[in-house]
Amino acid sequence: MDRQEPDRRIEQIPVLKPGHTFASVTDKISQIVLTRRTSRFWWVGFAISFILLQALMISVLYLFARGVGIWGLNVPVGWAFDITNLVWWIGIGHAGTLISAILLLFRQDWRTSINRFAEAMTLFAVANAALFPLLHLGRPLFAYYIFPYPNTMGLWPQFRSPLVWDAFAIGTYGIVSALFWYMGLIPDLATLRDRARSRIWQIIYGIFAMGWRGSALHWHRYQTAYFLMAAIATPLVISVHSIIGLDFAYSIVPGWHATIFPPYFVAGAVFSGFAMVLTIAIPLRRFYDLEDFITLRHLDNMAKVMLAMGLIVAYGYLMENFMAWYSGDEFEIATYYNRLVGEYGPFYIAMLVFNVLVPQLFWSIRIRRSPLALFIISIIINIGMWLERFMIIVGGLYHDYLPSSWHVFIPTFWDFSTFLGTIGLFFALIFLFIRFLPVISIFEMRELVQEQEAHGD
Amino acid sequence: MVTENPSSPIPRVYGLMAEFEKPEALLEAAHRAYEQGYRRMDAYSPFPVEGLSEALGMRRTALPLVVLGGGITGALAGYFMQYYATVIDYPINVGGRPLHSWPAYIPITFEMTILFAAFAAVLGMFALNGLPQPYHPVFNVPSFELASRTHFFLAIEASDPLFDLEKTLEFLESLNPNDVSVIEP
Repeated sequence: MDRQEPDRRIEQIPVLKPGHTFASVTDKISQIVLTRRTSRFWWVGFAISFILLQALMISVLYLFARGVGIWGLNVPVGWAFDITNLVWWIGIGHAGTLISAILLLFRQDWRTSINRFAEAMTLFAVANAALFPLLHLGRPLFAYYIFPYPNTMGLWPQFRSPLVWDAFAIGTYGIVSALFWYMGLIPDLATLRDRARSRIWQIIYGIFAMGWRGSALHWHRYQTAYFLMAAIATPLVISVHSIIGLDFAYSIVPGWHATIFPPYFVAGAVFSGFAMVLTIAIPLRRFYDLEDFITLRHLDNMAKVMLAMGLIVAYGYLMENFMAWYSGDEFEIATYYNRLVGEYGPFYIAMLVFNVLVPQLFWSIRIRRSPLALFIISIIINIGMWLERFMIIVGGLYHDYLPSSWHVFIPTFWDFSTFLGTIGLFFALIFLFIRFLPVISIFEMRELVQEQEAHGD
Repeated sequence: MVTENPSSPIPRVYGLMAEFEKPEALLEAAHRAYEQGYRRMDAYSPFPVEGLSEALGMRRTALPLVVLGGGITGALAGYFMQYYATVIDYPINVGGRPLHSWPAYIPITFEMTILFAAFAAVLGMFALNGLPQPYHPVFNVPSFELASRTHFFLAIEASDPLFDLEKTLEFLESLNPNDVSVIEP
């Protein structure tokens, strides 16, 4: 990275602590998976996530039995937590693709030690996101109607609707993320196959490694494919959240009908996604002793990305308020005024504090290099971004054009249990991933070792 | 220095394999072997080594074309699916708006382009690499498990016209490897 005035204090921290060899990086990362003893951190974390996951199971069961009436929905507010959660989760997913694809294209070597678990995070976040439109359907068993398939009714989905675009975008995003992630895993699965001691794991990893043997000709095509996938995934990630933004912008609900939504949503997605990467990375490096690989340099860089994205998000807030005023439309103006002083006013103010003021702490190098401060701020931003989506969705719907039908949305127990349940599902999957697959890309770390040796530092 | 397995009588071998500790040594060895005229050979490394496939004589891969083909197929399929549905099969006149409303088709066309291109990239890579391949003779070399960890290998296959067990062995030894092993078929 060439900059005009490199910050000496930070540039001194390398992306990989010097002194590592091919063997040491391989052993250190693969032993998290191959060790027989499961750490207490893992058991405690997994147990909590698993209990929350059960809350999801019960909530979904009850939802299927009783219908969406168990949530606090009412007539103008036809969707609230469910779509908030959808947008929140899919936004979190975007940081993984950004790290693995866009930073790869820009040849940022600090992506290497965080891309694998960020991609896993993407996959699990997308899985959670995809759950909500399904759960929100009155009759979830007909969810497949959204896809074009030959049917006896002779019907097609409405291809001009952003909701159908959404199904294609999220579906494509999920599949492409899974392909990208799996392809990235293959050489490491081969490593695990060769290093595993028990026969059963040799066979399991062996099957998924597909007989990878590290042939130079294979590597050549592999790298070509990997770069092409990165180049494909980059516009994809932007399109996905833009289409989510269009879901709102296409409609005429006050507070939704704004052309700034697609780019503003993308920035918000990256902002919240990086917050989640930090939320996972900081305990991970601490409890699995990965501080050599995920260094303060990584945390610092991620904080900088979040600062930049936070400023774009702040600009988005400013512009949507300005446009509402500038439009002269009574309902638009009333909606934005209501956000500040209406029933949900405290949440809007909290959102502004969490997403605009708190990230300004990242101007300080001491904050950017303090894992504890970053961890706390990352959680604050996660909450702030959830509130943002809630304010957009409910804040627009509950006071629409017909004052007689205005209705405040009050979440019920099941709204919360479903949301917390997906957090449980997400972290349960993350913990399983940590235990059974390498959390850091081993072969790319070996490349980093090689580069470090070649440059003599 | 050859590690032999007494139970299987040589000369029925798949090839010879030299083991190196450094990627630079492997790259050098690959260049030397190519100069010697060997063509049917392969190198194995725990991470991609720059220039290695070129040193082995690989010029270019057809993969980008496969991906391009996938992308174009996806774009056409996505667009014409929507065209067929909204113009031919089930036209709905909404206030006289044009049936062929192409701007509204773009998002799905784009997503389908990406989807098909991504499948083409991953499946194309597998197909061109001949994966999955559960069995390969190189795995018979005991030290080969280090190819996914720390060590670098050059294998010259017996099907190469220049391959001669004695001479090739001598040549590989001259490259200063850690070890040279016979690869059983």
